[in-house]
Amino acid sequence: MASVPISWFLTLSAVLFALGVAGFLFRRNIITVFMSIELMLNAVNLSFVTFAYQFKKVDGHLLALFVMVVAAAEAAVGLAIILTVFKRRPSLDIDDVNSMKN
Amino acid sequence: MDVILFLVFALFAVACAINVVVQRHPITSAISLIGVMASLAVLYLLLGAEFIAAAQVIVYAGAIMVLFVFVIMLLNAGAELRSGRSLMAQALGVPLLAALLGIVAFFVQRLFPRETTTHFGGFTGGGAKEVGRALFTTYLLPFEATSILILIAIVGAIVLAHKELD
Amino acid sequence: MPMQLWLIPILPLAGFLVNGLFGRRFSKGIVNAIAIGSVALSFAWVVKTLLGLDLDHAYTERYFTWIQSGAFQVNCEFTVDKLTAVMLLVVTGVGSLIHVYSLGYMAHEGGYYRFFAYLNLFMFFMLTLVLAANYLVLFVGWEGVGLCSYLLIGFYFDKKVATDAGNKAFIVNRIGDFGFSLAVFYIVKHFGTLDFKTVFEQAAGKPEGMLTIVGLLLMVGACGKSAQLPLYVWLPDAMAGPTPVSALIHAATMVTAGVYMTARSWPILIHAPAAMDAIAVIGIATAFFAATIGLAQNDIKKVFAYSTVSQLGYMFVGVGCGAFSAGIYHLMTHAFFKALLFLGAGSVIHALSGEQDMRQMGGLRKKVPWTFLTMMCAAVAIAGIPPFAGFFSKDAILLAAHAHSPWIYWVGTITAGMTAFYVFRAMFLTFFGEYRGNAQPHESSPVMLVPLAVLALLSIGGGFLFRIPEFLGSVFPPREVPEDGVLMAISTLAGVAGIAIAWLMYVAKPGMADAFAGGVKGLYTLVYNKYFVDEIYDAAVVGPLVNGSREVLSKGVDAGMIDGAANGVGARAQDIGGILRRLQSGDIRSYATWVLLGSVVAIVAIDLAGGIR
Repeated sequence: MASVPISWFLTLSAVLFALGVAGFLFRRNIITVFMSIELMLNAVNLSFVTFAYQFKKVDGHLLALFVMVVAAAEAAVGLAIILTVFKRRPSLDIDDVNSMKN
Repeated sequence: MDVILFLVFALFAVACAINVVVQRHPITSAISLIGVMASLAVLYLLLGAEFIAAAQVIVYAGAIMVLFVFVIMLLNAGAELRSGRSLMAQALGVPLLAALLGIVAFFVQRLFPRETTTHFGGFTGGGAKEVGRALFTTYLLPFEATSILILIAIVGAIVLAHKELD
Repeated sequence: MPMQLWLIPILPLAGFLVNGLFGRRFSKGIVNAIAIGSVALSFAWVVKTLLGLDLDHAYTERYFTWIQSGAFQVNCEFTVDKLTAVMLLVVTGVGSLIHVYSLGYMAHEGGYYRFFAYLNLFMFFMLTLVLAANYLVLFVGWEGVGLCSYLLIGFYFDKKVATDAGNKAFIVNRIGDFGFSLAVFYIVKHFGTLDFKTVFEQAAGKPEGMLTIVGLLLMVGACGKSAQLPLYVWLPDAMAGPTPVSALIHAATMVTAGVYMTARSWPILIHAPAAMDAIAVIGIATAFFAATIGLAQNDIKKVFAYSTVSQLGYMFVGVGCGAFSAGIYHLMTHAFFKALLFLGAGSVIHALSGEQDMRQMGGLRKKVPWTFLTMMCAAVAIAGIPPFAGFFSKDAILLAAHAHSPWIYWVGTITAGMTAFYVFRAMFLTFFGEYRGNAQPHESSPVMLVPLAVLALLSIGGGFLFRIPEFLGSVFPPREVPEDGVLMAISTLAGVAGIAIAWLMYVAKPGMADAFAGGVKGLYTLVYNKYFVDEIYDAAVVGPLVNGSREVLSKGVDAGMIDGAANGVGARAQDIGGILRRLQSGDIRSYATWVLLGSVVAIVAIDLAGGIR
């Protein structure tokens, strides 16, 4: 049975990461941008787990676990911020969050 | 078998990711994201990361994405009207992304030649026992720190959202 | 045993300090006592010192080492020889008399203590100049008297005329001082020392070209200080100061510093005939030029000012023709009669409550008889009538001039005639005829008259009382000048003729002067307006300098370049900041793009550098 080369996993991780960046750059809805960030974090997790396999150590898994924890905390706080911002101005357009412009 | 599994779920993950980025309505993007996470969980299993796969489904897909969906419903977010672009992102974004992807892919190919392979069962150290042991010995400090982090996040979220009631 | 020479200048300095610092609180009596006391004591000390010295040998006292730089050393040293003795006596003697006179003259003026403080300070610097044993200490005195001249000319500092005159004096003197400084530098470079004794001993061995340069540069300095062409313009304007100042500084002492300095430098000049010729020519030119201007002036002080310039020219002729002792002789006699003329003029002005225009005077000889008598003595002396003092000294110079270059003698004789004319014109306009003014003339108080009397006696008898040429014979190189009775007679006749013409034009036939002036109107206007020299200087020198400084330097360089550079740096910083500010656009997506850019660059860099190993 053919086996999957490690480089394929890493390439997949890179592709997912790039897609996450694309979403971050090109979407206007705040929540969608947030989700793109989560996508990026997932891609990185995949990277960590792949390397854990390669070096036969469990540390990569631990790192991925911590990334997940932080992502959770970040999601909570971030969404709370979005809620606050939405109260200010009823728009979910990222370009409208521009009070610091100039 | 591994290859087929990998290809199927990898392509599924990519398709869902593209869907996340492309879809107009946030709720659709959220569902697509759940799909990405699910396929990633399968890939983790392929790599012998049982605990992480489970955690991925439970925490990420089951908790975080639910939170996202709640907020989308709360905000009554509609479809995005038009995708305007910031000049900077438009001008530089695509080339930079292409560059990023190209460079990383190139170096990955170079550093990990095709001979290095994985197969299911190649790594057995990813079970709950091993993860737990490492968590409570080597990574004890980060573990405790994350508990405080979560506490802060909870408090922060409550404070930020609390004013809404006034 | 030391003679404590330093006391001579220090006593007036002490007077300056006490009066200057505390004079405001003192009564007039105390100010007087300190001021006059310090100068009188200085005079007494001079006499005591001179009596106790054998003046055939120069006596030097050294106080401290001032500059020590490698092989070059300058000490603070005072020296006394016969030349110094003459100068010391003149300065302190005439100075004391003028101090006494000032008691009366300045009695009603404001700033009483300040005036005497400045006078004392002037005495300190002048005595330092005279006692100096090297060029640098002399220069200290030189500059110091210039400073005091500025302070005293501008004494009435609330009058623009006075302050302008003070500025003018100082600035024109500066030009001369620049020449003097260059001479000092040159001497240091080529002689290695500034000490008189050493420099003069070495002078004989130096090349003539070098000595000529030194001589010419010294002459420039002397021209500034002693008001010779072309730097004489400050002296007539200096009449804006109080009359005692004009008498002391601009007749008897400060302006003679140039003559003293060139006479002292005779060992250098002797070997530089070109420089001496230059000095003589400038001297006679100045004498003639200034005399012509003095013919037409109406302000009594201005007449005497131009007379001073003219007589200084005579002194320079003496020095330039090698008759150094004759030049110093004339310096001394001139101090007597010119100071007397000025003080007398001051007495007249004081009697008329401030009037200085001679056209408003007349017939005063009955109203101020003592002033008239004493001034007559001075007038006769300056006209060169024997046996008064001026005759001996002026003749000594003219004879030496004839032996050197006859044309100088002839020009000098004509100038002597003009001198007699304008002095007696002033006398006749002031004291004869009918009084044309509106004031109540009253004679001056004894405190002003006694110095006049003393100076009158000196003007009469100073000639044969003080046989200066014999006295100074051992100081200067001997110069055989044949006594020529014919030449002496001619110059005397010139003086008499001048008096006679003045009598004719101003006493016998009063309208004649105006008729004559009307006849030569163009020439008269030229002379009356001092040949427009001040205007020429203004247009040719002052104007371009000021405008150039204002336009080019002030606006162009200072505001444009220097300020512009400083402001430009600030402006550029602002511009760069403005550009960089656009990074902070408030647009999240552009921030993200920057991050992406940075990360790509980082990845490329790391990979190029060999990866993380």
